[in-house]
Amino acid sequence: MLEWIWLVPLFPLIGVIINGLFGRYLGHKIVGILGSTMIGLSFITVSIIFVDLLKLPPEHRFFTKTLYDWIVAGNFTAQISFLVDPLSVVMMLVVTGVSFVIHIYSIGYMHGDKGYSRFFTYLNLFVFAMLLLITADNFLMMFVGWEGVGLCSYLLIGFWYGDNYNAYAGRKAFVVNRIGDFGFLLGIFFIVVTFHSVNFQEVFGAAAAKYTIGAPIITVITSLLFVGAMGKSAQIPLYVWLPDAMAGPTPVSALIHAATMVTAGVYMVARANVLYTLSPISMALIAVIGVATAFFAATMGMTQFDIKRMLAYSTISQLGYMFVGVGVGAFAAGIFHLMTHAFFKALLFMGAGSIMHAMSNSTDMRMMGGLKKKMPITYWTFLMATLAISGIPGFSGFFSKDEILWQSLAGAYGNFWIWLVGVITAGLTAFYMFRAVYMTFHGELRAKKEIAEHVHEAPSTMTVPLLILGVLAVIGGYIGIPKILGGSNPFEHFLDPVFEKSLEIRHAAGLVPHISGESARVLELPLMGLTFVIVLVGIGFAYLMYLKRPELPGIWTKKINYVYQLVFNKYYVDEIYETLIVNPMAAISESFLWKFVDVKIIDGFINGTGNVVRGTGRVVRKWQTGFVQNYALSFVIGVVILVFYIVFM
Amino acid sequence: MIEFMQNHILTIITFLPVFGAVILLFVPREKDEFVRYYTLILTTIVFLISLPILLGFQSGTSAFQFEEKANWIPSLGIHYHLGIDGISLLMVMLTTFLMPIVILSSWTYIQKRVKQYMMVFLMLETGMLGVFLSLDMILFYVFWEGMLIPMYFIIGVWGGPRRIYAAIKFFMYTMFGGVFMLVAIITLYLIHYHATGVYSFDFQDFQSVLLPVPTQFWLFLAFALAFAIKVPMFPFHTWLPDAHVEAPTGGSVILAGVLLKMGTYGFLRFCLTLFPNVSTEFVGLISVIAIVGIIYGALVSMVQPDLKKLVAYSSVSHLGFVMLGIFALNVEGLQGGIIQMLNHGLSTGALFLVVGMIYERRHTRLISDFGGLAKQIPIFATFFMIVTLSSIGLPGLNGFVGEFLILLGTFQANEAFAIFAATGVILGAVYMLWMFHRVNFGPLTKEENKKLKDLNLREIFVLVPIVLVIFWIGVYPKYFLNKTEKSVEDLLKNRQVRQEQVLLLEKQLPVNFVLKGISSK
Repeated sequence: MLEWIWLVPLFPLIGVIINGLFGRYLGHKIVGILGSTMIGLSFITVSIIFVDLLKLPPEHRFFTKTLYDWIVAGNFTAQISFLVDPLSVVMMLVVTGVSFVIHIYSIGYMHGDKGYSRFFTYLNLFVFAMLLLITADNFLMMFVGWEGVGLCSYLLIGFWYGDNYNAYAGRKAFVVNRIGDFGFLLGIFFIVVTFHSVNFQEVFGAAAAKYTIGAPIITVITSLLFVGAMGKSAQIPLYVWLPDAMAGPTPVSALIHAATMVTAGVYMVARANVLYTLSPISMALIAVIGVATAFFAATMGMTQFDIKRMLAYSTISQLGYMFVGVGVGAFAAGIFHLMTHAFFKALLFMGAGSIMHAMSNSTDMRMMGGLKKKMPITYWTFLMATLAISGIPGFSGFFSKDEILWQSLAGAYGNFWIWLVGVITAGLTAFYMFRAVYMTFHGELRAKKEIAEHVHEAPSTMTVPLLILGVLAVIGGYIGIPKILGGSNPFEHFLDPVFEKSLEIRHAAGLVPHISGESARVLELPLMGLTFVIVLVGIGFAYLMYLKRPELPGIWTKKINYVYQLVFNKYYVDEIYETLIVNPMAAISESFLWKFVDVKIIDGFINGTGNVVRGTGRVVRKWQTGFVQNYALSFVIGVVILVFYIVFM
Repeated sequence: MIEFMQNHILTIITFLPVFGAVILLFVPREKDEFVRYYTLILTTIVFLISLPILLGFQSGTSAFQFEEKANWIPSLGIHYHLGIDGISLLMVMLTTFLMPIVILSSWTYIQKRVKQYMMVFLMLETGMLGVFLSLDMILFYVFWEGMLIPMYFIIGVWGGPRRIYAAIKFFMYTMFGGVFMLVAIITLYLIHYHATGVYSFDFQDFQSVLLPVPTQFWLFLAFALAFAIKVPMFPFHTWLPDAHVEAPTGGSVILAGVLLKMGTYGFLRFCLTLFPNVSTEFVGLISVIAIVGIIYGALVSMVQPDLKKLVAYSSVSHLGFVMLGIFALNVEGLQGGIIQMLNHGLSTGALFLVVGMIYERRHTRLISDFGGLAKQIPIFATFFMIVTLSSIGLPGLNGFVGEFLILLGTFQANEAFAIFAATGVILGAVYMLWMFHRVNFGPLTKEENKKLKDLNLREIFVLVPIVLVIFWIGVYPKYFLNKTEKSVEDLLKNRQVRQEQVLLLEKQLPVNFVLKGISSK
């Protein structure tokens, strides 16, 4: 079945073509079912491929399928070629699985929307592009998927384009991503020049064979590629588009801006693990940016009242964790968190969507409260996801986040400060998530009466997906139980072959974990406990401030008003970008380049010349005899003189 | 008959349009509908006849194919000499492909002097094909200048309010450059005579002469000026926005789609091959100007209130990419440049078509007069979106292939150039998507826009062929790259060889050579 890998992206593409061309004539029901079925077929295909892969011995779990030569010029060749290995299969499973659930959810959520078929077309197109990204066996094809998902993100954020803000948010996402892609593209150029190939196997093989740890060119390549990841995965300083991306329909936020697309950067780093391992500087850069993003985004999440924006900052923060994971060399842990996050964050967004559905599209948590009774399924699944993201032992997020935190301290690239900030952020995460739970589901409903009367649980097309993801958010972590807790971590072992070469490089360079053996055994459990305590403190504060004594937030924020305003206004980063870059660029372009250089200088010169000629013409008009022969004669003489001058002078 | 066609296929496609224009002379003026169908069918036939050229083209050789040669003015050594190779093939196909589309797009827009309009377009087609196919420099020059006349009329007669200013500006600018080129051609002719004793204006004969570097320098400048104005390269670009704004839609499409390519084609065909040493020395300067054009064009485009002006300035940016690719002087850059010439013809041509369609409905091109059109006319917005994405180089569509290869080629030649130029990729997204937003997204506020009718079948037929090729090049560019590869490789190889020969000769026989040049045979 492995050679049928191309079917996986093909199914969504079929959906795009049919729904895109004929969707408006098909009726909503068929459109929705068709779109979802195509993703379902992809998921089934991936599952068969997964089983086939498992049958092979670990060292042979690698397969490529080339369709055709895409761009060929000179010595450069890029193919359309698919790669099946444990990493791409895990990604495919997550993407098609979560996509399928969200497609079903969308059937209910988008019910009655005018752009129904357009929505499913875009959604299918997104899955197609995402699958190209993760099945590509070379950097250029990966880039096709990379920009392709960016396009779908743009189209879907601005899906309700009738509102200028939505369209603006989509555009912002695309442009900020393009800035990242600029780096990615330059990274590809350096790869081509250095390795004369874009193929993963060739590049990684050559890199491992020719370069040792710390080679400058590898640092250049990997940091440029990471610029692309900063854009796509919303890391400092390119994260600014993601909160605005919440303008899109909620299933889009769940699928693209939480579970799948935004994790592409993490996937890319894991895919290029050999290159990154060769560059400790890039690894450190990733880990530092990751942890800084995790922390800052969490602080911003603490102050948001818009439930979707709060979740957006949470996503940015969690992506930061994943980068900490891959940045400290724990690639498998990063991917593990990517997967559990896909489950619980998609669930959180879908829960938020369910709430919006019930609350006439309101997203303001100050207007919510007490929804627990009226929306039990939404409440319980949302709570499961909250427990998971907060890292409560036994829930999926616990295993993955703890693995990252442990590696960030104990691993070969570990660092105490990164670990410390990571642990504090875990407390903040628990705080803002429980804050959200208390504000929306507990206490009294604060909405207007006409809205409050309509509050109801979502239809089954929406609640069943919630339940499915709810189960996954709870148990999804059990495939990666660490040794210390008596597990064997099959998830990590499955991915081992992908990261083997990096491990060899590390061993050859003598890079070993900071903490291992006996001291690790002694330390790991207590540290886990410490994190848990900090998480409990976070929950405790949330309980105190938003349930027990709701007047406290008002009093406390007044005391630290300056800090609060700074955080509440998201550190004014958007405003800074606007004043320093966007506005000056427009002003210079308009008043200097266009109206001065173009109009005044160049055209001024041209028209000036014209006027001089006209003036001269008035004087020499007398020479105009009207005889064509005379003109021809002078023309010939002129040309002859010029020619003689050039040839013989 | 068939044999005659096979042997003279280039002559047939070149002169069939003008022949058809002559026949139009005898058609009564008021038969507009007949004239339209007639021209559409005629240009379609020309396209169909040109298809065997594409299909029968041998991609394994860089020699000129379908060659035709006859004496024209033997006493002066002027020949009628046509031929096609990988450098010109795609341009010829682009021309024959765009013509019926342009005619169809002008169906209802042109109401006055329909017959004359169609006639000048047919003459224009002959001129354009002649430029790309001519292998005799006088023949080339005749087509090059001759083509100005129909374009002058297209802008001057069917143009907007400031059409006379724009037409004259266009004419004077290009004429100005052309005169220098003529001087250079005659000089080359005389040098060739000195070196070989044979009178000839043949391009291939010119190529066989090795020119001393100082001579190359002046001749290169003369040619480059003519071509740079045509491209147009910064700072010779100011005729373009005016010409585009005033020209009718069809004129803009042909102007952007084909005419500008003659400049870049000229650089490729003549400047690189005839003056190998000097064109190499000019790489730095031209690349910098090209990059300035890319960024400058993009920034100025961003702040344009008029749709056509915006697209016009974006052309300055895009053609900067083409020039950059050509002067990377490696296979990737040149191939990318050629593909991007084709791409720009398709994408920008389509953009002008789309803008024309909305102009025909609303009689305004000001971006601020629109907003929210996607709601009212979704088919229009969909096509608009696709060509916009193609223009900003989205992978999977045509623009990416060209931009990528150009930047890759440039990167291999000079990393800094590529890095600066690549910022144009970001800016492209900024101004194009912003424009698209202001036209198609947001609330539908203007009353006039609420009554707009979506594209009709004719307009869809106008756009679909272009969109199909946009996807084709994006998904399977190899078909096109394959056609150009050999010619590009050999062009670069020959340049290299001749460049070294010139340097060698300069050492061996300084006095004679510096004065006259010498035949490489």
